[in-house]
Amino acid sequence: MMPAERPSAQPAAPILVVEDLNVHYDTTDGPAKAVADVSFSLRPGERLGLIGESGSGKTTMATALMRLTRAPGRIAGGRVLLDGQDLLQMNTAELRATRLRDIALIPQGAMSSLNPVMRLGDQIIDAIAAHVPRMSRAALEQRVGELLTSVGLDPSAARRYPHELSGGMKQRAAMAIATSLQPKVIVADEPTSALDVVVQRQVMQTLGKLQGGLGAAVVLIGHDMGLIAQFADTVGVMYAGRIVEIGPVRQMIEAPRHPYTRLLVDSLPGIEVKRDLSGIPGLPPRLVDLPPGCSFAPRCPYAFDRCRRETPQLQVVAPGQRAACHLYPEHQVLPPLPRGHAANDKDYAA
Amino acid sequence: MTALIELEGAAKTYGAFTALDDVTLSLSGTSPSMTAIAGESGSGKTTLARIMLGFIPPSRGRVLYRGKDVASMSGSERRQFRREVQPVFQDPFDVFNPFYRVDHVLTMPVRRYGLAHSDAEARKLIEEALSRVGLRPQDTLGRFPHELSGGQRQRVMVARAVLLRPKLIIADEPVSMVDASLRATILDELKTLNRDLDISIVYITHDLTTAFQICDNIVILYRGTVAEAGSVERVIGDPKHPYSQLLVSSIPLPDLSKPWGGEEVHNDEPAGWTVEDGCPFAPRCPHVMEMCWKSRPPKYLPDSQRLATCFLYRDAPALKEDDISTVFRAPDAAIQPGRARAAATP
Repeated sequence: MMPAERPSAQPAAPILVVEDLNVHYDTTDGPAKAVADVSFSLRPGERLGLIGESGSGKTTMATALMRLTRAPGRIAGGRVLLDGQDLLQMNTAELRATRLRDIALIPQGAMSSLNPVMRLGDQIIDAIAAHVPRMSRAALEQRVGELLTSVGLDPSAARRYPHELSGGMKQRAAMAIATSLQPKVIVADEPTSALDVVVQRQVMQTLGKLQGGLGAAVVLIGHDMGLIAQFADTVGVMYAGRIVEIGPVRQMIEAPRHPYTRLLVDSLPGIEVKRDLSGIPGLPPRLVDLPPGCSFAPRCPYAFDRCRRETPQLQVVAPGQRAACHLYPEHQVLPPLPRGHAANDKDYAA
Repeated sequence: MTALIELEGAAKTYGAFTALDDVTLSLSGTSPSMTAIAGESGSGKTTLARIMLGFIPPSRGRVLYRGKDVASMSGSERRQFRREVQPVFQDPFDVFNPFYRVDHVLTMPVRRYGLAHSDAEARKLIEEALSRVGLRPQDTLGRFPHELSGGQRQRVMVARAVLLRPKLIIADEPVSMVDASLRATILDELKTLNRDLDISIVYITHDLTTAFQICDNIVILYRGTVAEAGSVERVIGDPKHPYSQLLVSSIPLPDLSKPWGGEEVHNDEPAGWTVEDGCPFAPRCPHVMEMCWKSRPPKYLPDSQRLATCFLYRDAPALKEDDISTVFRAPDAAIQPGRARAAATP
């Protein structure tokens, strides 16, 4: 399975449009802007990978896309248009009908999202019956069998309780629930972070097959560039609540324009040549007191005066690729790292 | 030459369940090495770590530290063992008491092992250890655990280990809960400790890419048995055991020219078959043969720097002694002496 060579999504109308989304957490120190002015759109069948470090706002974003944000978090502005309808303006009944049917979440640690005292089959039936009230018991059970098969589980798993399943099987069960009503958009928040590498690959490949079959768009949220690269067609990089670069996966890996994307790609060790490992020095900023200008400037080896004054906006840097960085449009590509940059400085506390 | 640490047929069973089958290996006492122990959940890698640390006694076999059986050490020998073999755990949240400042985990070992004669001397030792792992003492001491990031907490734990000038650090998944961007930095520090302070490191992980980057040799465990072992270049670069091949092909590489392997994994255990009957990997193996169900494969040597416990290599010679470390290559630190090492040589 090679994402870059999958037939790319047809240039259909976008199924999901996110415009200027802002999510704040109210704290005693003032609002923490966990998601700040995020905009992107997704066509049917497209796979978007959103990558970021802890605290970059990626899980907050996943929750907001489902409008599941809870206090002290609140959606402070923006629109989430699902097939043209703003999820953020829906009333409770509309929202309830839309979730799962049109947009479904595979939560982080899906293992603990299953009800421990209910058989798996009954949990799936509950989900379907809430949306399709007139289905017969026999039809529901048949559907459960199909769903379990589609995620690579034996239909007999319907009789099992969550504790009888392995981590990978539970993750598959969560995928069966999420796809039970054939949603148009699937939001997957680090769906494999607790799984072994072989199981991780199998689960992701199953998700890919399901998504392909449904023609659904996927937002995959994660921190592992390798995993995102293997799955997504489009990659968005989040830093301190903002998307700092977004573009086709191949360009993002092979020709990233934002310095943060570059360092993120470089921090991943391969298995070809041994080299000095380079992390990203420093820490992400506290969201309640962001530095003026570009949030990444304090850690950026390229930062210059303007970066500390003015917040860069996303601009087109290559076909289909946008980056929020003041190096552009002056530069065509990201210049080589300045010599002796901080990423090599061992004394830098991170 | 007495080995630093030796396992002689060490095994751990819980009732009928074998968590770890007889493992024999020795790590050199003269050239500090970095050895990875890899495998999936339930492979026995944490059991192996805990046996090496002396936290649990093996059900069979022995663990020798500098030639002495850990099970029958005298009080002072045990104290030395406890000081010289230091753990670094997976979860940097669990090891801190949230009510104490982080200083506590650093001052305790100084006091316990009488490393300093005065508070000023203790402070100096602690500051040195923190700087050694890339933390600024003034930004770290006096803080509470929740004020530090996961990466910083894990570095404090490495600093704590370093403080005792150990001979061996056993790090069990030290970076699996740390962000990808910080992993590289922490692992690089382990490598530096190995090179500059002559500390041998056992790195327990499920992540083959970092094992490849920092270690000399690797042992791949599957259901409590050694599937493959040898230099990281051979075992990860060109895996021979079908399980190692499956692991390597499942690594999600950020490289689009190396797509994920696509093969589905089956798991067909014949009725009545138990894992003791044959090769533990047989039910999942794409190359399974009749003989694989009937007996445990010996450790074959497809080449001089690795062994594979797999009948596919039955034409190759089998390992004579059970000691898997005989296929290990010389550690990087021995080939390229670091600064401190070179300076310490008379």
